[in-house]
Amino acid sequence: MPGFLKEFFNRNGTLMGSLMLGLVLFWTVGLIILPQLSMLDFSFRPNLPPPEIGGPKDVYTLENYKYLIYGPEGGSQDYNAVDLRVFFRTLVAAVCVTIFNLILCYPIAYYLGQNKGNHIRVFALMLIIPYWINEILRAFALRIIFGESGVLNTLLVGSGIFDTPFDFIRNDIALYAGLGYAYILLMIFPIYNVIESLDHNQIEAARDLGAPWWRIHKRVVIPYAKPGISSGCTMVFMLSAGALAAPQILGGPSSLWFTQLIYQQFNDNSDWPQGAAYAIVLLVTCILLVLALMRVFKVNMGDIGK
Amino acid sequence: MSAGVGVDLENLWIRFGDFVAVRDANVHIKGGDFFSFLGPSGCGKTTILRAVSGFLEPSEGNVLIGGNNMKGIGPNKRPTALIFQNLALFPLMKIWENITFSMEIKGASARERRKRADELLDMIALPGQGDKLPSELSGGQRQRVAIARALCAEPDVLLLDEPLSALDLKLRQHMRTELREIQQRVGITFIYITHDQGEALTMSDDIAVMRAGVIDQIADGKTIYNDPSTAFAASFVGENNVFRGKVLDVRGDQALIRTNRSGDLLSRISTANQGKMNVGDDAMMFIRPEALSLAPTGSQGDHFVTAKVNHEEFEGNVFNIFMEGDGGKELKVSIPNHGQSFEDHSGQDMTLEYDVNNAVAVPAGELAAE
Repeated sequence: MPGFLKEFFNRNGTLMGSLMLGLVLFWTVGLIILPQLSMLDFSFRPNLPPPEIGGPKDVYTLENYKYLIYGPEGGSQDYNAVDLRVFFRTLVAAVCVTIFNLILCYPIAYYLGQNKGNHIRVFALMLIIPYWINEILRAFALRIIFGESGVLNTLLVGSGIFDTPFDFIRNDIALYAGLGYAYILLMIFPIYNVIESLDHNQIEAARDLGAPWWRIHKRVVIPYAKPGISSGCTMVFMLSAGALAAPQILGGPSSLWFTQLIYQQFNDNSDWPQGAAYAIVLLVTCILLVLALMRVFKVNMGDIGK
Repeated sequence: MSAGVGVDLENLWIRFGDFVAVRDANVHIKGGDFFSFLGPSGCGKTTILRAVSGFLEPSEGNVLIGGNNMKGIGPNKRPTALIFQNLALFPLMKIWENITFSMEIKGASARERRKRADELLDMIALPGQGDKLPSELSGGQRQRVAIARALCAEPDVLLLDEPLSALDLKLRQHMRTELREIQQRVGITFIYITHDQGEALTMSDDIAVMRAGVIDQIADGKTIYNDPSTAFAASFVGENNVFRGKVLDVRGDQALIRTNRSGDLLSRISTANQGKMNVGDDAMMFIRPEALSLAPTGSQGDHFVTAKVNHEEFEGNVFNIFMEGDGGKELKVSIPNHGQSFEDHSGQDMTLEYDVNNAVAVPAGELAAE
């Protein structure tokens, strides 16, 4: 038995230790790893009617992955332009949402982290309470604000800024706002957590040595907050790339999110293998993208857990 | 490095809401001086430092550096550099980057900065340590890096906020000498904040003793120790025995005081209070433990004190006798150890003698907390 396991059992007792270990293993292996492996398995099989499963046609194939790139065999185009466009658009949009959220949340997190007092607790509460409302309701609330005859358009047209209502939904502004708003807390709290532990004297020392405010952030605060920033960005990126409700409700009619394609494959086409292949492609691409960016910004995996 | 820029505080008031942190401070600090603000925690000394460095705007009055009024000038524009109590080195920057941070802001090249860092590292006796991180250095080494970082900004005035308080005793004593040497080498004005009278006395040209937002006395260390102007200064700086009473008679620069417990005693009036103490005034008289000596038991007169011995202790260089004193405080006598034999006098009455010039009388006032 490795040393850390022995210590774990010594500290918690054999019964409690096995129970805790069992639950953790059940959670990670039983509920996450095994279902994902089964999805991986699905993605390499053809979509067969139930009687043929296990039959001679049930062999491993790359068809489902080829479909994403080349489209249906004998199709009119060389590439599956529609799905690929949706795929890359989703990734780019998720990156944009992440950057937008970072720019919006860093000042808030900095303010919350470096100020003390009751009003800070009130602010934090005001950020948390909207999350008691479920995601669908929040998305529809944004529709009320951004809709053609919504609050915003009524105000803009009423005050004479616009002659005709602006279509926030078709232009994806409602979608970006919805996605950004959905994950604001996941960006604020990791950054806030780190900045709260930053000694205020460091900021004063930098100021005393002549640094203007932007330089203090560049050289002192941001390097210190890097683990929180990367943790927040990773979560927001992963979750917005994988979001379904917000694109469904707030997306324009012509702008599909890649998750909607996956959903269609599973649900409307009943093509689980195809859906699994799409989902695996999205998952692997997102992980690779995050790992690549972590390397560029010199972030360790351990920092993400901070 | 520019030398000799003085600092003046003119009618300085600093309030936080209803609380007065600094009350009408007037201080003239000569250029090139090592000046200390000495006082217990919460007396307002750090507040004064923050007003000089620019992190705090005074409620009233002015801070002048080199004769220039600093009103409205931020800490990043003042010719001061501050050394924080916890040093506040940047943990993610290497030592050389820490030291030359002020040059980085001015746009100096990495080569210039490395060169300057190496010079300063030599000066603080840490050659070749530039590529380490602050966490890889010891407390005393970090201390010196903080000094180098502040000096690299070429300030006219260096401000130090109890920078030695985190160090252990031996290192603290060593750093006192080192700080004083650095100050004399660079020749700029140092303003030093401390609650440790030993630090203030050993390093400073001049000391301001502070109590509850008020500056009680500004003088050199010897004067403050030998000729305190208030009861607080007398009791805060060094050990002192207090005798409370009323002025019975004033004879030139001496006063005869009717003490509560020890009869009528004669004392010199402290310089600042000469001509201001009148017959009938409440007064306090102070005699240092080392200024008292043993006298034949039962000797009578205006410079003899008789009291009962509570207990005695041997401290090595001195032999301390603790006797029943005034106001619940023990009267302490330190007899230098010349190898003579000491008998235990516990429970007996003993008579002590002092030179009137070594006793100092001031108007009755607040004493420093133990």
